[in-house]
Amino acid sequence: MIQFAVEIPYWGQSLLRVLGGLVAVLLPAGTIVYLFLFKMMSFMQSRLGPMEAGPYGSLQLVAEVGKWMQKEDLAPDRADKSIFKMAPLVVLTSTFLLVVVVPFGPDAYFTNFSIGVFYGLAVASISVLGILIAGWASANKYSLLGGLRAAGQLIAYELPMVLATLGVVIQAGSMNLQDIVVAQNTGEIFGFGGLGNPFILTQFVGFLIFMIAVQAELTQPPFDMPIAESELVSGYMTEYSGFRFLIFFIAEFATAGVFAFIAAVLFLGGWGVPFDWFSWNSIDDVDDWMNVAGPLIMFTKMLVLTFIIMWVRFSFPRFREDQLQTFAWKVLIPLALANTAVTAILKVTF
Amino acid sequence: MPDTPKVPGLFKGLGITLGILKDTVVDGAQTVQYPHEKEAPPVRARGVIALHEGNCTACMLCARSCPDWCIYIEGHKQLAPPRRAGGKPRQVNHLDRFDIDYALCMYCGICVEVCPFDALFWSPEYEYSEPKIADLLHDKEKLGEWMETVPEAPDLEAGAQKK
Repeated sequence: MIQFAVEIPYWGQSLLRVLGGLVAVLLPAGTIVYLFLFKMMSFMQSRLGPMEAGPYGSLQLVAEVGKWMQKEDLAPDRADKSIFKMAPLVVLTSTFLLVVVVPFGPDAYFTNFSIGVFYGLAVASISVLGILIAGWASANKYSLLGGLRAAGQLIAYELPMVLATLGVVIQAGSMNLQDIVVAQNTGEIFGFGGLGNPFILTQFVGFLIFMIAVQAELTQPPFDMPIAESELVSGYMTEYSGFRFLIFFIAEFATAGVFAFIAAVLFLGGWGVPFDWFSWNSIDDVDDWMNVAGPLIMFTKMLVLTFIIMWVRFSFPRFREDQLQTFAWKVLIPLALANTAVTAILKVTF
Repeated sequence: MPDTPKVPGLFKGLGITLGILKDTVVDGAQTVQYPHEKEAPPVRARGVIALHEGNCTACMLCARSCPDWCIYIEGHKQLAPPRRAGGKPRQVNHLDRFDIDYALCMYCGICVEVCPFDALFWSPEYEYSEPKIADLLHDKEKLGEWMETVPEAPDLEAGAQKK
């Protein structure tokens, strides 16, 4: 454990935690938007993307934020004003609540929940409320349709996500995300421990289901029926402008980053390296430098996972509404159930 | 079930986007960074209509055929010196005003087609936007300046008669 030279008072710790949370949410969001949304998408369409603001357009995001802040904060005449204005904050709050459980190092975490997985999946679905609120309060039929579609989709894909996580929880034997990281880095596959046991190898089906469900939870194409711009004019975001649209926008990509963090923890070994490499036996042996290296490792894994999410996003056309629901209920959920059952049986047998 | 997503097709799609990503990084993009480097428009691009003032007889055919009435012509009759010594002075139309309102023009090119004296030409010039819409009304001096950007007429086809 880290011993600081000065005792940090409680308010100081809280302040540091808030700052850390802001960094952990906004830094991935900014990186994803610049690296993937601005640059990778452009390159995949054989263009260069923003090039004017800063070197290679790196300050474009600052310019965009400045533009959005200047815009008028519009609300439709018949909208439920207070609830309408609250909705984006509810969505963003869910992201901040979610990042709390992610461990970034042996001591670098915000909280160490014993039921972190349960908590994470629970607060992740708060964003559905925000989206439904936004759709309803806008007093706009397109927004309402978008909100309802979003609710239907997010609930449908919540289930395979939970079930895919269940396989990991069974295999690790804990719902604590820190324990799951340790289980992956101390584990071994059929006696071979050189790589640890990242659950992407032993829970590959679960990983696939989890990533597909994450794609749908983030309403990224091909699962972007709720914000289908060509038929619903951006769905529940239709009536939002300026600062509140910015919050929706940040929440979308911040949530992508945080979900990628969670997927990295659950399936890619989280902040750790296989403990064998440095002859650590348990989490208490882990050196303090992992508190610096851990966040970097997590960030790298997050980038790899969001690269896949964005790559799929830029490649495939949108599902139709019925295809989308069919895929969740008839393919993913049975597959996830079977995966859970098989994992449980194998866990008991071996 | 024809609706089932085909897995090899999905990977093919991913491969295509990744391939274009690689091509853009290695060979550069298909686009140009406009204000810094300019794309040469095709020679026969319909950029702007230029006026060769000397050929214009103020016959008004272009103004009358224009679908949006964006050509304004004013002229007066005046006497020109006779063609040969001892002859009568000729009466000619003198062009006082030839304006095209590019805020109205829809680039149909009927005026260029209809002109019997080869006074109007297409130019590929395209950079003449203005902050104020009223400034898009251009007079005959400005239209004459665009004559310099009009490309050479292409060679006649083999066997065609040159008048």
